[in-house]
Amino acid sequence: MRALIIAEHDNRALRKATLAAVTAARAITDDVTVLVAGWNCKSVVEEAAKIAGVGKVLHADAVHYEHALAEELAPLIVNAAAGITHLIASATTFGKNVMPRAAALLDVAPVADVVRIESPDTFVRPIYAGNAMATVQCPEPVKVLTVRATAFAAAAPGGGSAIVELLAAATPVGLSTFISAQLTVSSRPELTDAKVVISGGRGLGSAENFRLIEQIADKLGAAIGASRAAVDAGYVPNDYQVGQTGKVVAPELYIAVGISGAIQHLAGMKDSKVIVAINKDAEAPIFEIADYGLVADLFKALPELSAALDKRP
Amino acid sequence: MKILVAIKRVIDANVRVRVRSDGAGVEMANVKMAMNPFCEIAVEEAVRLQEAGKAREIVAVSVGAGNCQDILRTALAIGADRAILVETDLETQPLGVAKTLRALAEREKPDLFMLGKQAVDDDNNQTGQMLAALLGWPQGTFASKVEPVDGRVNVMREIDGGLETVSLKLPAVITTDLRLNEPRYVKLPNIMKAKKKRLDIVKPVDLGVDLAPRLKIVKVAEPSKRKAGIKVESAQALVDKLRNEAKVI
Repeated sequence: MRALIIAEHDNRALRKATLAAVTAARAITDDVTVLVAGWNCKSVVEEAAKIAGVGKVLHADAVHYEHALAEELAPLIVNAAAGITHLIASATTFGKNVMPRAAALLDVAPVADVVRIESPDTFVRPIYAGNAMATVQCPEPVKVLTVRATAFAAAAPGGGSAIVELLAAATPVGLSTFISAQLTVSSRPELTDAKVVISGGRGLGSAENFRLIEQIADKLGAAIGASRAAVDAGYVPNDYQVGQTGKVVAPELYIAVGISGAIQHLAGMKDSKVIVAINKDAEAPIFEIADYGLVADLFKALPELSAALDKRP
Repeated sequence: MKILVAIKRVIDANVRVRVRSDGAGVEMANVKMAMNPFCEIAVEEAVRLQEAGKAREIVAVSVGAGNCQDILRTALAIGADRAILVETDLETQPLGVAKTLRALAEREKPDLFMLGKQAVDDDNNQTGQMLAALLGWPQGTFASKVEPVDGRVNVMREIDGGLETVSLKLPAVITTDLRLNEPRYVKLPNIMKAKKKRLDIVKPVDLGVDLAPRLKIVKVAEPSKRKAGIKVESAQALVDKLRNEAKVI
């Protein structure tokens, strides 16, 4: 069996979710190759070659791969898939955009959001927003998978010494053009990589009040998340959303502030190691899964929490 | 511009889903069904494009059992002009549905094919991407803004790092995300009007497509449950617990 991982990157650095995909691949086979397709992305290739457990890195460098357009990447993935039994990417907006397109070109049914590998052809994935877990057997000659980074440990980013091979770019498809990106710039850790996440919900009441969340986040080195209600209300940008249709996170510590705990939100954070809930409604469903619950008005509790964090133990 | 919108019938998003004790799936008996919320957003967007004078005709399509006619009627009530049901009793999976939709696209020749980004039952998030691949069309997935301009369509996409805008050559496939629009509340006169609109039923064999499932669902189980922990009395007590008991800060 041979696995090919489609690396996710911004032409400068690899996204950490790709390291989890390597771990998932290693649970299937020792023959793991990483495809790095981009434009002037040599630094990513060097990074990928050092990942422990990766035997080979395929490097495709062309201007039409600069923005990871699915129309361009899918035919390249098909070209690289000869002899491959498992095509794997992380279950991010990148992987979910590209992998089904590649699978359809190969005429195989892909498996999304894999959280456990039972055997090389049998996988476990959440359905119904995580309210049920389906075990799926995939008889296709090529298994096309997206894997959740929260469910697999990151492979060691160093220690490997993969061979690097150039892969010829596929002919440009040209059906789509990148226009612009408005990416959230933050000095805080990325939501899906952070050890600590603090999220705010509708209870915050306004964008300004997210300042209270930011203050705690700065003290804990935490990433900031939000419930769908807070995003829909315009308090924070869409990429803050934690939940089934947003980001799935599993940090060491997750603090939910003013979030009632709709099933949609719980699906995105219930695998966190320690969960804290701060909510004035003692009956809020979030308390049913919280390790530590504080029933309090957040406008009183957050400043107190901030002061308590300042006090050294 | 002609728009095809594909919709799926799923357990109503407000219903608490229960796993069947025999592990064969989730409880479907006497459960309220509805149009998948993301599909509703797709229908709404198509109707808004028509209202803005940018679309000529909207055809709502669905692949599934005969009772999918109810959601097609809902789409007609929102404002679609006519509907097509590809009737099958087989379990529908994304690849088979994508092939069926491709056959419909070849017959109907739309400029835009709109779908929800995922169905809230199997959460696959695949059908639109696969349809685009099979047709050789570009794809604008997770759309939060759709603007047709001169033979192309600009799509703002919700991606992990924020937002991205791409320009796609028509014909194209678009899958809708949550914040694209808020679907309208359907009024009674429109429901009555929808009953008179045309709804065609075709069989997969008429389209020459094979809907046999490729993936086998071995079992469906309850997720592991988390237990409620303890309540703390103050922020100070919380910090003490996190430092000394959980040791996570």
